[in-house]
Amino acid sequence: MTVHDTKLSRRTLLKGSAGLVLGAYVARADKLFAQAAAKPSINIAPNTFLIIKPDNTVTVLCKGIEFGQGPFTGMATLVAEELDADWAQMRADHAPSNPQLYKNLAFGMQGTGGSTAIANSYIQMRQVGAAARQMLVAAAADAWQVPAGEITVDNGVIKHASGHEGRFGEFADKAMAMPVPADPKLKDPSQFRLIGKEGVVKRLDSADKTNGKAFYTLDINEPDMLTVVVARSPKFGGKVASFDATAAKAVAGVVDVKQVSNGVAVYAKGFWPAKMGRDALKITWDDSKAEKRGSAELLQQFRGLSKTAGKLVKAEGKFEESMAKGGRVIEVEYVFPYLAHAAMEPLNAYLKWDGDTAYARYGCQFPTPDHMAISKVLGLPIEKVKIDVLLAGGSFGRRAQQSTHQAIELAEVAKAIGPGKPVKLVWTREDDMRGGYYRPYCIHRMRGAVRDGKIEAWSDTIVSQSIMKGSFFESMMFKDGLDPTSYEGSNEIPYDVENFRCDMHQVDVGVPVLWWRSVGHTHTGYVVEAFVDELLEAAGKDPIEGRLALLSKKPRHAGALKAVAELADWKNYKVPAGRARGVAVVESFNTFVAQVVELSMTDDGPKVHKVWCAVDCGVAVNPDIIRAQMEGGIGFGLGHILYAEQTLDAGAPVSGNFDTYRSLRINEMPEIEVVIVKSTEKPSGVGEPGVPPLGPAVANALAKLGVGRPRQLPIVPGASA
Amino acid sequence: MAAFTLKINGQARQVDVDPNTPLLWAIRDGAGLTGTKYGCGVAQCGACTVYVDGQTVRSCSMPVSAIGTSEITTIEGLDSKEAKAVQAAWVALDVPQCGYCQSGQVMSATALLSVNPTPTDNDIDLAMNGNICRCATYVRIRAAIHGAAKSLEG
Repeated sequence: MTVHDTKLSRRTLLKGSAGLVLGAYVARADKLFAQAAAKPSINIAPNTFLIIKPDNTVTVLCKGIEFGQGPFTGMATLVAEELDADWAQMRADHAPSNPQLYKNLAFGMQGTGGSTAIANSYIQMRQVGAAARQMLVAAAADAWQVPAGEITVDNGVIKHASGHEGRFGEFADKAMAMPVPADPKLKDPSQFRLIGKEGVVKRLDSADKTNGKAFYTLDINEPDMLTVVVARSPKFGGKVASFDATAAKAVAGVVDVKQVSNGVAVYAKGFWPAKMGRDALKITWDDSKAEKRGSAELLQQFRGLSKTAGKLVKAEGKFEESMAKGGRVIEVEYVFPYLAHAAMEPLNAYLKWDGDTAYARYGCQFPTPDHMAISKVLGLPIEKVKIDVLLAGGSFGRRAQQSTHQAIELAEVAKAIGPGKPVKLVWTREDDMRGGYYRPYCIHRMRGAVRDGKIEAWSDTIVSQSIMKGSFFESMMFKDGLDPTSYEGSNEIPYDVENFRCDMHQVDVGVPVLWWRSVGHTHTGYVVEAFVDELLEAAGKDPIEGRLALLSKKPRHAGALKAVAELADWKNYKVPAGRARGVAVVESFNTFVAQVVELSMTDDGPKVHKVWCAVDCGVAVNPDIIRAQMEGGIGFGLGHILYAEQTLDAGAPVSGNFDTYRSLRINEMPEIEVVIVKSTEKPSGVGEPGVPPLGPAVANALAKLGVGRPRQLPIVPGASA
Repeated sequence: MAAFTLKINGQARQVDVDPNTPLLWAIRDGAGLTGTKYGCGVAQCGACTVYVDGQTVRSCSMPVSAIGTSEITTIEGLDSKEAKAVQAAWVALDVPQCGYCQSGQVMSATALLSVNPTPTDNDIDLAMNGNICRCATYVRIRAAIHGAAKSLEG
């Protein structure tokens, strides 16, 4: 999913997996966004990315959404580096929806995901900065009547030896109107003074996120705006059979009640009357097509399937023959629950529709498909729809909706009440938690054999729902009818094992599922790393030495592992009594993360005291944001591995809030030490890759402690009951 | 509906809402102060933390009719020396990620330092474990509270 070289042709770009996927889809979008069709496929025009004001501030318009992972700061760093700006003059904001100008080069459409923000912008945004610098210098040279080659730019100051001195603001208008250089020269990394430097770059959004000024979708409060909550079916796939809105309409502040395809919408002046109105609705649901199975029934079905061979994903050597030779044969089952993303800000969105134009504002993660969905529902040409992206209170995948379900619902509630009535659609926490789009429920059945201290055979049979089935991703992303995001990481293990197989049962369940921070790797990373640890234990090998011996073709896995071993002083460290340590290393999204966990057992389950973490994400652009993402990924991973699950009772999701969907709290957060592996490789993402190794490192530490590797997650049963 | 006069950040604010409306929504939709966030509605996450007569309260779970003449302080009205130290420490360590819970975190951390200028890790756990951060910025929250405490010593 990474794209680094902007000189690559569009065709080549789209050969990347996700790019390929979205190619066909975007061909459609390209037609729709016809006004931009003549533009070059990789936009580096400074006047589309930068707002340079007379006060010399430089605002970078960020292609992707900022929801904590740091693209505002990242994009501004890349621009400022080549622009030779002073960091204090840099600002950032979201670019509006426009796939030609602001597409993610890894996707071919505008959108955030797959930890691609830095990877797909590393060259492009530096080129924007370099082009802007060159244009500002040209404008100054013209004004001062001196050769451009004699002008220097340093920390936001443009200078000439003749004594002329100026700042960006005074030349901006003239510079931005100039032709954009086709191939602006980029710095050699040895000249970097911001990229990769410690302590120079601070996050651009910290102050506003500390004093209440940061503006989120929930904070929109326009005149005449109606707040809308929707009553949706308690079971997935249920439809409204009939409803009585008499009592709802009698609630003071409720303005109207309308049926939409997903349920019944209550419109009110403010959130509370809308919610009271919804509580007063009497709805009869038609569950004839709803999913009615509970968690126990799903487990039984999935478990049964896991004991049979699924569709082959990959095979090497002769797995069954090798297993038949015996030795130490191990077969284990791992069960993973549905998980909600439960971002702090539940889903919400604002739309103003006047009959001819529509203007949406919200924490939109996939602007291109959402844009198309809104235009379709409202019957408007694409150019009559505008989306402004706002800060979002987290996502973890939840706002990256290939189904565009929220955009459709937003447009439908606006349409149902008629033009001229701006709507703010708000999901309650319970709506968000019970609303589906979970990390898929899945089972892995692992089988392996160890002979003479060597792992001879390995197989993984996966039973899972598909995330992409039925969406626009399916036609191009699926391989042999299977969804690769269900098996990514399981089909290609980093370890040298001669006899290997991976197969999968792709199961349909009527529960909508979605990518959840690090997607397939959240479960494949767990099983691969827990299983290799178990096999190495059977082979009598040290967890780190044993892994290193099997990583002959994977130098970056080995590098991360060695770095974490050194950081944690794996060989000489004296583990305190009653505690144990475990290790795991997982590659996801081209980033390699190794973690060592130290824990003990308490009455409330495992207590993780410390995590050592090594990350190789290529060139480190913002070291402190990388560390922050590792810390956050560890906490996010730990909370879910220990406590979280969404269970189904006759098809209806049970947990509705944090009282039953237990979230990690500060007293459960371990101490964390992070080392960034020095690398000259192309930069890759950090938003997701901190998550996958945490779970198996915990499992492996528990095994070392004598508790055994947890086979069914979450580890603390009943925490979410 | 009923009219209430709320004293928020030293100013009298008129809100016309149902008496059972949680203080959170009176502050957000009624008074138009949006720094205080909705996260759960059931006093589980702490994103809605405000002070009522100086005490931390989960505003999502207190009806507006129970406020009376009490003084309400929201993130917008924080100006104590402890608050300034907390906010400076938050920025110095780049604590926030998505930022949505941080108003509540800052309110709780400021309240802690106001009564306990030198909190231990255990004190921090007890004071802060009602504030969920789904981005898990807890390591930096802890470090920033210690940092703010240190800056207040001098």
